[in-house]
Amino acid sequence: MFQRISQTLFKNRTEAIAFGVFLLLVLVVFPLTMPIFRLNLVGKYLSFGFVAIGLVLLWGRCGVLSLGQGLFFGLGGYCMAMFLKLEASDPESTAIQSTPGIPDFMDWNQLTELPAMWKPFDSFGFTLFAIVAVPSIIAFIIGWALFRRRVGGVYFAIITQALALIFSLGIDGNQGLTGGRNGITDLKTLLGWDIRTENAQYTLYFVCVGLLFLAALAGKYIINTRLGRVLVAIRDQEDRVRFSGYDVAMVRTFVFCFAAMLSGIGGALFVLQVGFMSPSIIGIIPSIEMVIFTAVGGRLSVLGAILGCLIVNWGKTTFSEAYPDLWLYLMGGTFIAVVMFFPNGLASLADKFPWIGERIVSLTKRLRRNGNSQHPTETPVTDEH
Amino acid sequence: MGDYTAEELQMIFYMQGFSGLSLFSVLLLMGLGLALIFGQMGVINMAHGEFMALGAYTVYLCSNLTEKFAPAFGPYYFLVAILAAFLICAALGALVEWLMIRHLYHRPLDTLLATWGLSLVLQQAYRSIFGAREVTPTLPDWLMGSFNLKEGLDIPINGVFVLGLSAVVTTALILFLYRSSFGLKLRATVQNRKMSGAVGINTARVDRLAFAVGCGIAGIAGAAFTTIGSTGPDSGSRYIVDAFLVVVAGGAASLLGTLASAFGIAQAQSILEFFLEGTKGKVATLLVIVIGLMIRPQGLFPSKVRGH
Repeated sequence: MFQRISQTLFKNRTEAIAFGVFLLLVLVVFPLTMPIFRLNLVGKYLSFGFVAIGLVLLWGRCGVLSLGQGLFFGLGGYCMAMFLKLEASDPESTAIQSTPGIPDFMDWNQLTELPAMWKPFDSFGFTLFAIVAVPSIIAFIIGWALFRRRVGGVYFAIITQALALIFSLGIDGNQGLTGGRNGITDLKTLLGWDIRTENAQYTLYFVCVGLLFLAALAGKYIINTRLGRVLVAIRDQEDRVRFSGYDVAMVRTFVFCFAAMLSGIGGALFVLQVGFMSPSIIGIIPSIEMVIFTAVGGRLSVLGAILGCLIVNWGKTTFSEAYPDLWLYLMGGTFIAVVMFFPNGLASLADKFPWIGERIVSLTKRLRRNGNSQHPTETPVTDEH
Repeated sequence: MGDYTAEELQMIFYMQGFSGLSLFSVLLLMGLGLALIFGQMGVINMAHGEFMALGAYTVYLCSNLTEKFAPAFGPYYFLVAILAAFLICAALGALVEWLMIRHLYHRPLDTLLATWGLSLVLQQAYRSIFGAREVTPTLPDWLMGSFNLKEGLDIPINGVFVLGLSAVVTTALILFLYRSSFGLKLRATVQNRKMSGAVGINTARVDRLAFAVGCGIAGIAGAAFTTIGSTGPDSGSRYIVDAFLVVVAGGAASLLGTLASAFGIAQAQSILEFFLEGTKGKVATLLVIVIGLMIRPQGLFPSKVRGH
């Protein structure tokens, strides 16, 4: 049973080991070696990993590039932020407002009543449902309208980019309803549990890693089943798949919805860990950056894309603090280089140098033969894939 | 719109309509270059906005050089600067095509990403060279001021100039495409690349020249832009989504479509911006375009040409 599942999920042993090393890294090494401030940052980067997994399926496997994943990330994030904001604006703590009990930015914008759109977000159950459902439904409408008319390629990229722009501008322009450019800030508690304490940040980090792991497994499952092979077939020879009787539009719509749903979950986890949501996180530039993470890590590999999120974001934080002028050159240059010379990203390095993977496999075999007498002192990390 | 009298409404309509014409000119010039490149090779150039900014910075440099070395030349420098903007952007375009784009023709989506990387690099380069603050070239006196048509209705001269400029560029592009031997080769390549190669057209050269001309027109758009706004490192990226939508909504590779959709989008945005505060006008316009594209993805004037 276990063997069958793992055979479906992982092509070969190297992949399974790479996954294990990754889990070891994020579950043990990072929490033990990093101060909570850094670990919280890693958690924030990992919440973009959800978007990256979706993009691997949608773009890497199915050949549909969406430049608007920020829209779905934002939808999930705003759903979560609305719930937290309502909880933070109970009548006691907002007693100084002219209308107590509504979020502070609404009061500043002379709203005297909670808008109808906000009312259902009083319920935690509804919020959880909305985080998953709202991005999926919107993605279904967009995907179904476009894929059924056989819109793909560059057109789809431009239209989704425009959608991300519309969404961020729309939020920006409706200050009373959405918090406008400042976003939804001052989020405090989740069902009475203070999310700003160190303890909560550790817990949320592990929740994020756990959900990301499940999402990665789901992604790998789709890739390695028949659906995954249909996806690749659609990418490479759309017409032949259509002539073989597959409903290409439906398959694409499904993957687009799945990617949107994952992005929404990522957005919600982002809000929980960072404590705010604003249009600057979901506009055109962040949406393209999400594609960059995926491209740098590897558009075909689930694990590669997650690592891409970690590496690019870590680089961004480190370099943009130390050399703000050089950072954009570096990022732009890296991106051009990756697209031109390593279209399958860092993950393809593992394919280019298969001996690294083989060496790990033989190492583990030898270890098993020798029993537990030897431990490798250091595990190579660079070859994950 | 309830609080306005009919006459006021008419006046607002004229004024906003005219300011829409300036936006129309910039969008049209941006869109023409994009449509040329997109129609020719199915490539979307995400750095197109940065080529526009380069054109604007060229005008700024020309203005500074003129003030420093040849003040007497002041009234005429602008015309030379437009030409310089075209040439510099075209040269950079040819270089980019040679270094980057030609290696990616079989991967159009990757071209989009690579050119976005280029746009990051160019934006930062502008920031390092010209500073993060927005700059404005000194415009010659004859571009200032406005015609007063009647009480309360002023038509700024720079707007008229920009409109005239885009009319000239559009005409030149149409002549170039439909009356020159190069245009003939280009249209042949778009229709059937393999056959064109077989009859002796150097399609790689055609691609490079088309890309260069497209970027050059973006440079002219930048020059035109300096007369109606100031230039910053990210000026170009502010127009890029609109310009994409102009091309896509018009029906890719159709000059008539680009013209019509640039006009529609610019007018809608400009008039709606007056009645709806803030960004709502823009949101409404973009939303209408996107919904339109969902219903009719081939755009206003779809090209009748079959795929390559």
